Amino acid sequence: MKPPSRVREMPILRVIARALVPVILLFGLYVQFHGDFGPGGGFQAGVIFAAGLIIFALVFGAEALRQVVPVVLTERLMAAGVLLYGAVGVVAMFLGGEFLNYSALDPLTTGHYGQHLGIIVIELGVGIAVAATIMRVYYAFVDRRADEDGTGADPALDAGAGGEAT
Amino acid sequence: MIEKILVLEVVLPLLAAPVCVLVRHPRFCRLFSLGVIAACFAIAVALLVEVRGGGVISYQLGGWPPPLGIEYRVSTINAYLLALVTAMALVVFSFDSRGGPPRVPEQRRHLYYAVFLLCISGLLGIAITGDAFNIFVFLEISSLSSYILVSLGGHRRAVMSAFYYLVMGTIGGVFFMLGVGLLYQATGTLNLRDIAARLEPSLDDRGTVLALALLVVGISIKLAVFPLHHWLPNAYSFAPPKVSAFLAATATKVSFYLLAMVLFTIFGAPFVFEELRLQAVLLPLSILAMFLASGAAIFQTDLRRLLAYSSVAQIGYMTLGLSTANATGLAGGLVHLFNHAVMKGGLFLVVACLLYRVGSVHIDALAGIGRRMPLTSAALVIGGLSLIGVPGTVGFVSKWYLVSGVLERGWTAAAVLILLSSLLALVYVGKVVEVVYFRKPAETQPIDHVREAPLGMLAPAWVLAAAAVFFGLTTDWTYGVAREAAELLLAGGI
Repeated sequence: MKPPSRVREMPILRVIARALVPVILLFGLYVQFHGDFGPGGGFQAGVIFAAGLIIFALVFGAEALRQVVPVVLTERLMAAGVLLYGAVGVVAMFLGGEFLNYSALDPLTTGHYGQHLGIIVIELGVGIAVAATIMRVYYAFVDRRADEDGTGADPALDAGAGGEAT
Repeated sequence: MIEKILVLEVVLPLLAAPVCVLVRHPRFCRLFSLGVIAACFAIAVALLVEVRGGGVISYQLGGWPPPLGIEYRVSTINAYLLALVTAMALVVFSFDSRGGPPRVPEQRRHLYYAVFLLCISGLLGIAITGDAFNIFVFLEISSLSSYILVSLGGHRRAVMSAFYYLVMGTIGGVFFMLGVGLLYQATGTLNLRDIAARLEPSLDDRGTVLALALLVVGISIKLAVFPLHHWLPNAYSFAPPKVSAFLAATATKVSFYLLAMVLFTIFGAPFVFEELRLQAVLLPLSILAMFLASGAAIFQTDLRRLLAYSSVAQIGYMTLGLSTANATGLAGGLVHLFNHAVMKGGLFLVVACLLYRVGSVHIDALAGIGRRMPLTSAALVIGGLSLIGVPGTVGFVSKWYLVSGVLERGWTAAAVLILLSSLLALVYVGKVVEVVYFRKPAETQPIDHVREAPLGMLAPAWVLAAAAVFFGLTTDWTYGVAREAAELLLAGGI
């Protein structure tokens, strides 16, 4: 057990972070789902959401964040986000349109509803992928110190995936 | 039917990569990737059959018509590239490297397959898309994933050479991007055909000339044209052997297509080769590459470095074909894409077999290996003969049309130099063959324990060796297609 760093001993930071993190996360979700009416979108939302969680980790320690979002989960979410984006395109193909032709998602009304639905879902995919990627990058930096033996092994992943049968 | 699913050529590997990351099971990922690559190959072949004879298939992504939307456009030259990349990916991927690259532990093997698929997807994307910015995106996808693949080699220097490759590749990417930006400024469009239609290149228009310069230099870095080739020997010799085989067979080939497309389709042969006279630069550089890189190959003691320098020399042949700017020479350059992919891919797979059994491909370690691994060594000889350009192999086909093209242009001296440079190839191939078959193994390095490579390795290497002979005898699907593509390019089409 390492001695607590100075940041973690500061009560003001701890209290404010505890109050702010939920708001930041909520704001991230707002930017995500309001992106079709106002400024925003998946990329920005993903960055804000991940930034909120990283602030949490900076104040309460990366271990605390790891319990909420394990490293393996970030990797899965990275892939899942991309897959969600691509799946919209493939579904549009199955419904008779071109790849990523959102209009095909709503064959009945031939109006803007399909376009609306399509952009919401792909932006959700972008948001998930971006948030997960930024957190994975953060974990990679945090765990760098443990990797000074120079083996090139990635302790973040090895710790996270240790119990998992592959 | 095929025009409806054309986009799957890129989408399948692009989406198979995250599936591999999600599933995480190495064996599943391997078989799944193989299946996806096979499907891509089938689509590419179907496309090639469909567009042969001058057909064009256009696909509008998202239903947005070009030039506003992104257009995927397949004509003979694109289908040729797609078939080449997927065929090589299929053969190389089916090579059983017994546990993947050395630096990747079992529990992260799935990421290796994911990156491999992304690299394939990027290369296919460059070949299929008709949108300049889309090319840049795919260029970055393929480049970033190939830096990762190179860094996975067993040697510590693999990481350093991957970093050097990254720096050079990024400079190339930035130059390309700047060039596209200037073209966008000049024409207000990103659709390649639309750019070509709107652009009126002239020597007085500095912006357009600068765009051409940036594009040519940027792509030349990725293609490893002679003075910009320094990343290549290290990258190819420290990458995992399977990765070297794949990159040598595909990555530079796609860059060559890109260069040809920029010169002939966007700027047009009359401007580039008559007004600007780019051949005054391209021709000497090609000839220098043929001689200096072949000369460097002679002095290499590591078989992989030798092959890598030989690759730089072979790229010289391709750009030589490009600088003739006539149908025969350009077709010679284009057919050399396929021919060189077959022989160099095969040779790097042979290297992978040797590395697996002998543990080193230093020239001294290979002494007398011909007796212990007869089949592997025979494949090595076939590949080597093809590099020299012996009749009956694919190397001869390329050189025949290159020399014809050069003579058609009236460059007799260049034709003589092509033939002379083949002698250098004879020297470096001869050196390897001499060691493998006729030299006694060193006392310090007994090779009695060395056995023939396992079938899973030998079969893909032999498929390529057999292809090097087969396509050296029938040229309908190689030179025939390349000729069509060359005529299309010269006419400014795509």
